[in-house]
Amino acid sequence: MTQPDAMTLNRTGDTPPVDTRIALDVSGAVGETESPATETQTDTGVQPKLDVRQLNFHYGKFHALHDINIRIPEQKVTAFIGPSGCGKSTLLRTFNRIYELYPGQRAAGEILMDGRNILSRRENINKLRAKVGMVFQKPTPFPMSIYDNIAYGVRLYERLSRHAMDERVEWALKKAALWDEVKNILRQSGKALSGGQQQRLCIARAIAVKPEVLLLDEPTSALDPISTLKIEELVTELKDSYTIVIVTHNMQQAARVSDYTAFMYLGKLVEFAQTETLFTNPASQQTEDYITGRFG
Amino acid sequence: MNSTAVERLDESAQAENRRAPRPLGDHLLHWASWSAAVAVLLVLGAILVMLFVGARPAFEKFGFFHFLSTAEWNPVTEIFGGLSPLVGTLVSSAIALLIGLPMSFGIALFITEMAPPWLKRPVGTTIELLAAIPSIIYGMWGLFVFAPFFADHIQPLMTETLGRLPLVGALFQGPPLGIGIFTAGLILAIMIVPFIASVMRDVFDTVPAELRESAYGVGSTTWEVVWNVVLPYTKVGVLGGIMLGLGRALGETMAVTFVIGNAHELHAALFMPGNSIASTIANEFTEADGEVYTASLIALALILFLITFVVLAVAKIMLIRMTTHQEGRKA
Repeated sequence: MTQPDAMTLNRTGDTPPVDTRIALDVSGAVGETESPATETQTDTGVQPKLDVRQLNFHYGKFHALHDINIRIPEQKVTAFIGPSGCGKSTLLRTFNRIYELYPGQRAAGEILMDGRNILSRRENINKLRAKVGMVFQKPTPFPMSIYDNIAYGVRLYERLSRHAMDERVEWALKKAALWDEVKNILRQSGKALSGGQQQRLCIARAIAVKPEVLLLDEPTSALDPISTLKIEELVTELKDSYTIVIVTHNMQQAARVSDYTAFMYLGKLVEFAQTETLFTNPASQQTEDYITGRFG
Repeated sequence: MNSTAVERLDESAQAENRRAPRPLGDHLLHWASWSAAVAVLLVLGAILVMLFVGARPAFEKFGFFHFLSTAEWNPVTEIFGGLSPLVGTLVSSAIALLIGLPMSFGIALFITEMAPPWLKRPVGTTIELLAAIPSIIYGMWGLFVFAPFFADHIQPLMTETLGRLPLVGALFQGPPLGIGIFTAGLILAIMIVPFIASVMRDVFDTVPAELRESAYGVGSTTWEVVWNVVLPYTKVGVLGGIMLGLGRALGETMAVTFVIGNAHELHAALFMPGNSIASTIANEFTEADGEVYTASLIALALILFLITFVVLAVAKIMLIRMTTHQEGRKA
């Protein structure tokens, strides 16, 4: 890593450089015409919540991620975009080690969360997943009541009184902007809700555990436009309390909801910058081609 | 399809001089499938009628409920009561389910959630092969191999430990013969495990990957995922598998006849020899002389038929209640 540390910059009170790209990784993919010296890092006053260092990922013999270095800023929304199969979901799935469910999927490198390497064998995977919540492409309500869907995760970590649990469920459902729609049907099955409601239920379920990071893996790709809009509004609201990483196929969505955007292609991180910069003034030709719709 | 579309199709068919579809073949198929379906009903009805008619002399002499509630079985005096085989059938099946169900659950759990890929297929195939072993082989193995081993090693141990407990202690008494109701239940457990385990494995595999991932994603352990998410999601299929196994246990004849002891006795102790409905019929039908003796055996068969019918009906009712429960919540 040649970039100056964001924290150091912060302490010394440096003014932000004009170039607003941060933690740019150009290893091999682009930048043949650019010298690495132009890699700069903005001082946005933001600490990295997740610091990915030299991450490589394999599905069996397939090398899916190549030397990924990226710093996910805290309490911001970071979007991963790129064509199908570029590795954006794979990268997301390393952040809570959910890939470990499948033998043959391996990650090498480091992902530091608040300075601790979460890929380390010694890291307790259940505690990690309490801190890093995840919402999937399709809504996945558990086969239980709406109330229990929320309370289930909480019960794994906390012993709450009935009253405190009721409050927590209400809090999570309110956070997920679902409370008014379900407050009278809490005992009904979670499957009885519409797709958009189910997805907000899943977000509420993830929030209820009080995680620090929220991973959203194409959370709106199975939803109608109105539900999509609601989820997007929700993401914007939630970023004050959580570090959010969202994988999306939809570039407009990335532009709408995210503060930072990472463009990935063929398992490499091509460009990572503030969303506005990436979409208006991309540094890499590949990024420009993708966002202008020339491929992907 | 509206008429103009049909006309257009007709025109094009005429243009190519295509063969018109033959109504005869359709009629044949129609009646063939109808008669096949009706034949099933007729066969079932015929069996029921035959059982009722054949069992009538016994019910006339003893009365249905009296026949069910007496344990005396004396071919010499021609006094017959079906309580002992009835209890034997129910108890041995209950033991089989009590032991076989957790085993099957563990096997299905292992195959779907824990086994490394190279082990999944061998274990799964082995389980399925167990189901292919003819029951007579289970019976012989039970009698010649398992029963002596059980009598020498396991039974004394159980009598020493479980037999000393209050209340349930009485169940684990008896001479170390190795054959009896408990052994029959054990052999039955081994026989129904493949059915229940393979059904469970198949339905566990139907759980969407996203659902499992999100259950793990909130930080659940494997047990929590299976118990709280996988099992509720697949409960209908799991219940079907259990009923399949129970049905087999209730009606199993050959293997049970080998190891149950074949005594018309009623004991609290599970290590004592007993009998089941199926084993009684298999043992005694050839030597049954006299109308009442034969009728009593047919009456037992009718009772077995009714038990399996009730088991199936209860399963169906449970399934309907589960699904309407969910749909009712949807509405």
